Formats: sequence, C-alpha cells, structure tokens
Amino acid sequence: MIENLDKKIIRRLQENISVIATPYKEIADELNMNEEELIQKVKTYTETGILKRIGAILYHRKAGFNANAMVVWKIDNEDLDNVGKYMASFSEVSHCYERKPCGSWDYNLYTMIHEKDRDRCNKIIEKIANTIGIENYRILYSTRELKKTSMKYFIDSN
Amino acid sequence: MLYIVCNGGILMDTIDKKLLNLMQNEIPIDKRPFKILGEKLFLTENEVLKRVNKLKNEGIIRRIGGIFNSRKMGYTSTLCAAKVPENKIEEVAACINEYHEVTHNYIREDEYNMWFTVITYSEENLNNILEEIKRKTTLNEVISLPSIKLFKVKVALKFQGDDKI
Repeated sequence: MIENLDKKIIRRLQENISVIATPYKEIADELNMNEEELIQKVKTYTETGILKRIGAILYHRKAGFNANAMVVWKIDNEDLDNVGKYMASFSEVSHCYERKPCGSWDYNLYTMIHEKDRDRCNKIIEKIANTIGIENYRILYSTRELKKTSMKYFIDSN
Repeated sequence: MLYIVCNGGILMDTIDKKLLNLMQNEIPIDKRPFKILGEKLFLTENEVLKRVNKLKNEGIIRRIGGIFNSRKMGYTSTLCAAKVPENKIEEVAACINEYHEVTHNYIREDEYNMWFTVITYSEENLNNILEEIKRKTTLNEVISLPSIKLFKVKVALKFQGDDKI
C-alpha cells in the first residue's frame, strides 16, 4: 500500500537528487522527516521493487552514443521467446520487448541499440539478423529528440 | 592521462567513465552515497562530488534520482507512432509534448516518423489521451504498441576505458 508520505517521497525522488555530501539529508529536511527514516523508506522501495534503483541517467548523444536505433522485427510466434532471449544477450541491445502489433504494422519484437556511430550499429543489426536468419525487419534511427522526461507519479491520480 | 573528446569537445577521462558506469547502475542509498562511490575508485568524497558536478553541468548526466518500476506502481504504458508531414512536426510535437503523460518523443527515419511513449495510471485514461491527441492533431492514424513481454531493459551505457572516439 502506498501511503501519502510515500507518494511525497516518490515524487521527490523523481526529481533531481543534489550532488552534495548528504543528499538524503537535504530531501529529508524538505519533507520534514529525519534522514534515517527517509533512507529506511527508500530501501523498502527497492525491496518491494517499486524503485529499481537510485542512479544517473545520461544524455546519450553527449556521452558519445550518436547512433540510436530502434529495430523492429517480425518473428514467428513460436520462435518469439527464444529470439527475444537471444537478442537480449547482446550487450549493445539495451531494450528488448515483445509488443502487440497494430494493423498493418505487424512487427512484434522491438530492440534498442546504442552505438557510437551508424556503421557499428548496422554491423550489429546485420549480425543479429544473419544469425537468426530473418529478413523482415526495419531499422529506425532517431534523428531528433523532441521530448525526454521522467515520469511524474501521483500528480493527477487519487 | 587519457582524455576522450566527445561531442561538443567535452572531456572525459577514464575515471569519469568508471564513475559513470558505476552511477548508472546504482548510487548507494546511504547517508554519504558519494563517499561510498569514491571508495570503490580510490577517490575522496570531494573529488567525486567535483567530478559528478562537472559531468552534470556539461550535460552528460541528465538526472540523478529514482528510477521506478511503473508497472509495480499500477501504471500502464504504451509506445505510439504516427506519420506526421514534415511541415507539421513542430505543431504536432507541441500538442503531444504538452501531456506530462508523454515522457519520450523522437523523430525517427521511417514513414512512421514520430514515436512517443504514454504512461498513466489507468487503461481508460491512456485511451482517452490517445483519442484526444488524435482529435487535437487531426492525425487520422496513431498506432499503439503496448508491450506484452519484457526481455531486457539495460539503461547503462557502457564506457570502455581505452575507447577511442
């Protein structure tokens, strides 16, 4: 059960944690609670799995990853599980999802690949495609980021 | 010391890269998280704070904070795509991006050129938002591709110490 205090904490953790010696102390002060109590709460969120981690999110392009491809694949349903696991095993593949196709867009497996340049990216995609012997796929490189934000939890529900 | 020049002439040395690898995976939930990170790399807490602040100011680090499992909190999401004429991209993006439920929006090289994610607290609200977007943008088609199975999410970009860019 997520209580009101938890919602406040979660909302706050969705924002920036200051890069200072005692960042949790700062947040605890803002929320009028003590530091130990806050740290304990945050630890329980990771235990229950609602919090994956406290971590840094990078700006891909500035970090030198200039080629960001979404590759969509059409895989036979009976092979999906094995192929999905196989694709996930590549370190260059950051995301791999089965998605429900929609109308004439009948691709059902989606992978994200981040590399320094398109050459390297294309080589990896080719390698994956050749190994699983699949020709029905599309490479969609991102050319512009129009929005990337974090989710804002609990701002409009109950 | 080996320096790596990234886009825009940003300098990162091997210690910065190690720090970034560590921090993407986990920042300790502890009174002195940056001190603990420093101990792993034989750096003082001050040195870590200095480096992390630099990486943040340069825009390499976008955010330091909580990364949540939206499903476990009862949220539902989907990936959407639309074919938007080149001269309408700004207008359509402005309309779509206004929703805080839209967290990502990218232009990709395809006839379906605009790709965005919607995440919200209920299936019903998700559908309402998509209908509203269609109405407001007058796009006659927005495809929605909800995920069925997750095989992998690895958000960490791996930096190799001896990489040459």
